[in-house]
Amino acid sequence: MNFLIGAFKPACNISITFSDGKSRKQVPMKKENGKTIMVSLFQSKESIAGKVSIEPLQGKKIEHLGVKVELLGQIEMYFDRGNFYDFTSLVRELDVPGDIYERKTYPFEFSTVEMPYETYNGANLRLRYVLKVTVSRNYGGSIVEYQDFIVRNYSPPPSINNSIKMEVGIEDCLHIEFEYNKSKYHLKDVIIGKIYFLLVRIKIKNMDLEIRRRESTGSGANTHVETETLAKFELMDGAPVRGESIPIRLFLSPYELTPTYRNINNKFSVKYYLNLVLVDEEDRRYFKQQEIAIYRQQDS
Amino acid sequence: MLLIGAEDEEKWLAEGIAGIQHNAFYLHRALDSNNLRDALKYSAQMLSELRTSKLSPQKYYELYMRAFDELRILEMFFKDESKHGVSVVDLYELVQHAGNILPRLYLLCTVGSVYIKSKEAPAKELLQDLVEMCHGVQHPIRGLFLRSYLAQISRDKLLDIGSDYEGDAETVMDAVEFILENFTEMNKLWVRMQLEGPGRVREKREKERSALQELVGKNLHVLSQIEGVDLEIYKETVLPRVLEQVVNCKDDLSQYYLMDCIIQVFPDEYHLQTLEMLLAAFPQVQPTVDIKTVLSRLMDRLSKYAASSADVLTEFLQVEAFTKLSNAIEKVIKMQVDMPAVGAITLYVSLLTFTLRVHPDRLDYVDQVLGACVKKLSSIPKLEDRWATKQLVALLSAPLEKYNDTVTALTLSNYPRVMDHLDNGTNKVMAMVIIESIMKNNTCISTADKVEVLFELIKGLIKDLDGATDELDEEDFKDEQNSVAKLIHMLYNNEPEEMLKIICIVWKHIMAGGPKRLPFTVPSLVFSALRLVRQMQGQEGDIVGEEVPATPKKIFQLLSQMIEALSAVPSPELALRLYLQCAKAANGCDLEYVAYEFFTQVFVLYEEEIANSKAQVTAIHLIIGALQRMNVFNVENRDTLTHKTTGYSARLLKKPDQCRAVYACSHLFWVDGQDGIRDGERVLLCLKRALRIANAAQQMASIARDSSGPLTLFVEILNKYLYYFEKGNKQITAAAIQHLIELINTEMQSDSATSDAFLASTLRYIQFQKQRGGVMGAKFESIKL
Repeated sequence: MNFLIGAFKPACNISITFSDGKSRKQVPMKKENGKTIMVSLFQSKESIAGKVSIEPLQGKKIEHLGVKVELLGQIEMYFDRGNFYDFTSLVRELDVPGDIYERKTYPFEFSTVEMPYETYNGANLRLRYVLKVTVSRNYGGSIVEYQDFIVRNYSPPPSINNSIKMEVGIEDCLHIEFEYNKSKYHLKDVIIGKIYFLLVRIKIKNMDLEIRRRESTGSGANTHVETETLAKFELMDGAPVRGESIPIRLFLSPYELTPTYRNINNKFSVKYYLNLVLVDEEDRRYFKQQEIAIYRQQDS
Repeated sequence: MLLIGAEDEEKWLAEGIAGIQHNAFYLHRALDSNNLRDALKYSAQMLSELRTSKLSPQKYYELYMRAFDELRILEMFFKDESKHGVSVVDLYELVQHAGNILPRLYLLCTVGSVYIKSKEAPAKELLQDLVEMCHGVQHPIRGLFLRSYLAQISRDKLLDIGSDYEGDAETVMDAVEFILENFTEMNKLWVRMQLEGPGRVREKREKERSALQELVGKNLHVLSQIEGVDLEIYKETVLPRVLEQVVNCKDDLSQYYLMDCIIQVFPDEYHLQTLEMLLAAFPQVQPTVDIKTVLSRLMDRLSKYAASSADVLTEFLQVEAFTKLSNAIEKVIKMQVDMPAVGAITLYVSLLTFTLRVHPDRLDYVDQVLGACVKKLSSIPKLEDRWATKQLVALLSAPLEKYNDTVTALTLSNYPRVMDHLDNGTNKVMAMVIIESIMKNNTCISTADKVEVLFELIKGLIKDLDGATDELDEEDFKDEQNSVAKLIHMLYNNEPEEMLKIICIVWKHIMAGGPKRLPFTVPSLVFSALRLVRQMQGQEGDIVGEEVPATPKKIFQLLSQMIEALSAVPSPELALRLYLQCAKAANGCDLEYVAYEFFTQVFVLYEEEIANSKAQVTAIHLIIGALQRMNVFNVENRDTLTHKTTGYSARLLKKPDQCRAVYACSHLFWVDGQDGIRDGERVLLCLKRALRIANAAQQMASIARDSSGPLTLFVEILNKYLYYFEKGNKQITAAAIQHLIELINTEMQSDSATSDAFLASTLRYIQFQKQRGGVMGAKFESIKL
């Protein structure tokens, strides 16, 4: 039995470590199986360096046709699961064909790697970065090991950041004016604003502010759009009267937001909207949606 | 939704309470294990129970109190950073992540209170933030409770802020601003409650709203408790803002309650200093608001305040409180066209009370108030409303009570005009009150003018008022007229001339009262006049030679007029007595012919009017008594009168009456004193005649088998004999007495009557005189028993 088990076991253990792994920031990442693991965090134009060590099992030797490490940036569409589109692919040859008898360590480095897109886990696709080590063999198939890492890119605060201010209404029924203090928010930002009731002829029950994420994939006729409500934040309880001004203060930090992504590699876009919803006593909904841009700001 | 049964409501409340308890349990667990995340989660869930719309305010309050208790525990936890390790700044953000607004804001307020206490951020900004964020809850009941929670939880901090940093006006203002803001918003929500729901449940709504009024008023209460709120801040900020809100909300319930609240919670001194501003708001409220009650309360408070110490009175004068109040009342009455008369009168009563307390010396103010009242009432001739009448009586009674001196009321020109508006019954009651007041304070009314006014006031008692057709209770009538009679005695002046005037005026008035009243009032007036006569008699020396308008003669003329009126009522017996009194007075004044005239009247009355035999007996005895004491008559006149008297005596109906009258007549001929007549012969004649009549009576009695009466007569006559014997009447001899005693004894034996106590004691007296010795003893010695 032992023999049988041994037969299905890979012939060696491959481990990939980052050279600054101890000091580098670790962030949680959800795996396909639902488990959350901590992985290293990088940003574009950083050098990714580390070591790959290969340890054959119990003194067995590994005959190989070469060892290489690849840095891959991939987009996977869920309707086409398992089929990765690589938008970035860098390779470092670590070893020429030969035999490995004992534990062997290879340093590697990808310097100033362009990683323009962020790691993203969406409804219909994901974008991931991974280090892939391949020990090529003639028989028994190649031995492959992956190490995920996460890329986040920071933006400077936008130079122009106007408030969103708008007057909307239904004639002789409801007239409101709302204002959000900015049009571009960073992920830990607070939306400040107010809603001013100019005319109220309907019995409003409550008013919510929703944050909606619109993820569109594909292009042209094949465009597929998925909208998700990430936050539902009650702004007002009860019926206001004319002249009432309701404050908005919504902290973005509790929600799992990403920056706005526009046309990533011609594959997808992720946009965010603020949706102001008024519900009347007969549960009719009146709403107004406004796009906001979200960016990632360097933590100070 | 309209027909929510009480049962259903109970059920929902029970569910809500269960929900709170359930989450509170986990909350406590989280707190015990210092788990902030869970604490926030369960507290938010717990507070979600308060999002219900199904409960009435009372039930909601119950639910709220449950949650409130739990929040106090949570607050303690928040306060202790060592337990949860999160700074209060972060905590302040953290609680705002809650998705539902109501739990979010409750938590925010809770943390906010801790935050303020920590002083890590300016209290002003935090308070501003909290009160601003609470705008999110627009549901009236939920909003009211939330803001009430905010007020409650920030209360101690505010008091600290307002009082701790003494002299730092800015922090005080922060606290004040916060409360005012919260108050304004709460009031808006409260007013809005009224507009919710269909009109049918309006009444129910109103009831529910009243239940919540204290939540709103609490803010004002806190304001009044902040030490830093001095008069200046109150005047510049607090009052104008509150009043603005009151006026602008245009809601009956709110305006009424808040105005009242302002008056009750803030010190009187402030009211006094801001009177103008406060009063300016009154005419601006809705016409349907019962503002008079509030205004009355204000005046009551102020008048009490004025009464509290003499120092504050000067302040009242400085701010011209009376003028301001009086103007305000006028305006309010003008604005509130539909205000019933009772409302206006109530206002005037309050103003009057105020005036009497604050300006007791300003009678013109009192008159002014009454005048204003008359003006208001000018459209209604007589008040029908029972309450209004009551208030009017209160209005009229107030000055009487205050001044303890009805004379003061008499100088108020508007007083009688107000009284005119009372219905007849009440008018009488009021008149009685006036009289009682005079009697109680023993007020002497001493000038003719005042008497004139007074009688004008009490004319309800003096004469039949127009349209008074209802039959009166006999007892009441008697009481009333007796009061008037008493009152007449209170009218007095030392100056005869003035006194005469007074008497004339009273006479004029009571004459108008008709025959029903005269028997009650005339005697008083007569005696009052007689007193004047006697007084003049005493002063005679002083007024000799002067041309005096008030002479006894004149008075006697007047008197005879009065009594004549009385005899026309007819009330002859009373008239007779009064004539006799007058005759006596005339006797005192040495006016023979006047006295004679009075006696003439007496006999005329006796002859023409007194028919009842019993009355005749009484009258005869009265005449005898009076006549005996007259000493002005010359012999001729006296003879005429005594002759008449004895004649009438002998013609009485019953024998015993005849007998007694006749022996009484004997006194007419025997007057003690220096120049008294002592006509022993005629005395004897009278007595003998009496004996004859007694004999006749005896015979009649024996026929009728009635023995007791005549014997008594004999003993009575015996007593007369003894009297004159002692007095030294020569005609009465011991022999005659002895003869009479024997006669009596025989009568007794023949009658076999039992021994008579009267006789026994008479005999004992003779015995006593005998044994006494001396002149008298010697005299009696000759009588043999």
